Amino acid sequence: MASTILLIVISAVFSQNFILVKFLGICPFLGVSKKTNSALSMGIAVTLVMLLATLVTYPLYMYIMVPLKIEYLEIIFFIFVIAALVQMLEKIIGKISPALYRSMGIYLPLITTNCAILGVAELLLVNEVSEVVSGVAVGISMNLGWALLYALCSGLGFTLAMILMGGVREKLEKLPVAKCMKGFPITMVAACFMAMAFYVFALL
Amino acid sequence: MNVKKYGKIAYDGLITNNATFKLVLGTCATLGMSTSAANSFGMGLSVTVVLLLSNVLISMLRKVIPNTVRIPAFVVIIATMVTLLRMVLEKYIPDLYDSMGVFLPLIVVNCVILGRAEAFASKNPVLDSAVDGIATGLGLTFALTFIGIVREFLGSGSFFGIQVMDFKIGFFTNAAGAFFVYGICIALFVFVTHKMEQRQRVRKMRALRAPAGDAPLPPVTGQEDK
Repeated sequence: MASTILLIVISAVFSQNFILVKFLGICPFLGVSKKTNSALSMGIAVTLVMLLATLVTYPLYMYIMVPLKIEYLEIIFFIFVIAALVQMLEKIIGKISPALYRSMGIYLPLITTNCAILGVAELLLVNEVSEVVSGVAVGISMNLGWALLYALCSGLGFTLAMILMGGVREKLEKLPVAKCMKGFPITMVAACFMAMAFYVFALL
Repeated sequence: MNVKKYGKIAYDGLITNNATFKLVLGTCATLGMSTSAANSFGMGLSVTVVLLLSNVLISMLRKVIPNTVRIPAFVVIIATMVTLLRMVLEKYIPDLYDSMGVFLPLIVVNCVILGRAEAFASKNPVLDSAVDGIATGLGLTFALTFIGIVREFLGSGSFFGIQVMDFKIGFFTNAAGAFFVYGICIALFVFVTHKMEQRQRVRKMRALRAPAGDAPLPPVTGQEDK
């Protein structure tokens, strides 16, 4: 039990990091990471939506779609749930805390087309925890609790990579870079070195 | 006239607005699926098929879909196309289906497809949108396959699965190598297109000035854009 929790946390945050190892959610990683602050806001927003989306899509799939034998409609259902959730969250945050809305609101609509959210919902549709997280003992069946923990940790891993990238890019702005390497290419090369650092966790 | 128009749409989709190298959209699929040339070619073609179908359908329905709910409508159309593609691949090309894994359903959230739907198909007639879909898709397929070939050759010394040379650089097959190769490819593309544009501009300037018979022009130095 405790070792499973630890393995899920380490794996989702570091060794199977969503951005740097699994390549999910690269668009915001490149688009919204110019400053550490905006990177942090985006990370929190993604974590929140990931958690909520898993909370809805996992039971929806397991308890409604499987008994009704309409699993093949999962893509349409999931994307609809995510779009609706994002819209709802935007309205709720706007009503409750206008300050938070101003700092986070502009990133929310972007999250609908974030691969990481749909990716986590799709990845979790397995029978055993060991199919998602390597190293976990075979025989622990997937349930909503594990799914939520995995979603939360994936979101944290996403946020971590975003903040790191924000810091690196703030420094990169001040450096002289060859003209054709400006913008995306140099960011990609920086991401390459970060991915190398995260790759070490997978070797342990 | 028409040929010229379609040629321009195609050129825009393939080169000027190349989704992978110029706009840097749909990066997840590019990085995740480019471990081998065959995989990236399959991914590129899958995206092209979805892009063509969704562009045509959205263009047909562009006068029916109300403006306020257009994004959800587009997303549902794209999701339906991806679901169909998934069924077809599972039945007829199971190898590709297995190697694509989670990236197959993620075609739904590929920014290229929604981007073309929003920017082109929702404003243009069916045939134009079809040409745009194919051109953008092929531009993406070309770029993906290029990255795939580079990574496969450096990572395992093979070309489309055929062993060419006997070496292995593990760096290029894992995540870090993907970022590196993609970054360098974008830089190369920017460099080459920039040089080409420069040369074109100089040639145009010469053509304009030549009939006047003025003083001879300076030679092409490549330093003329300020």
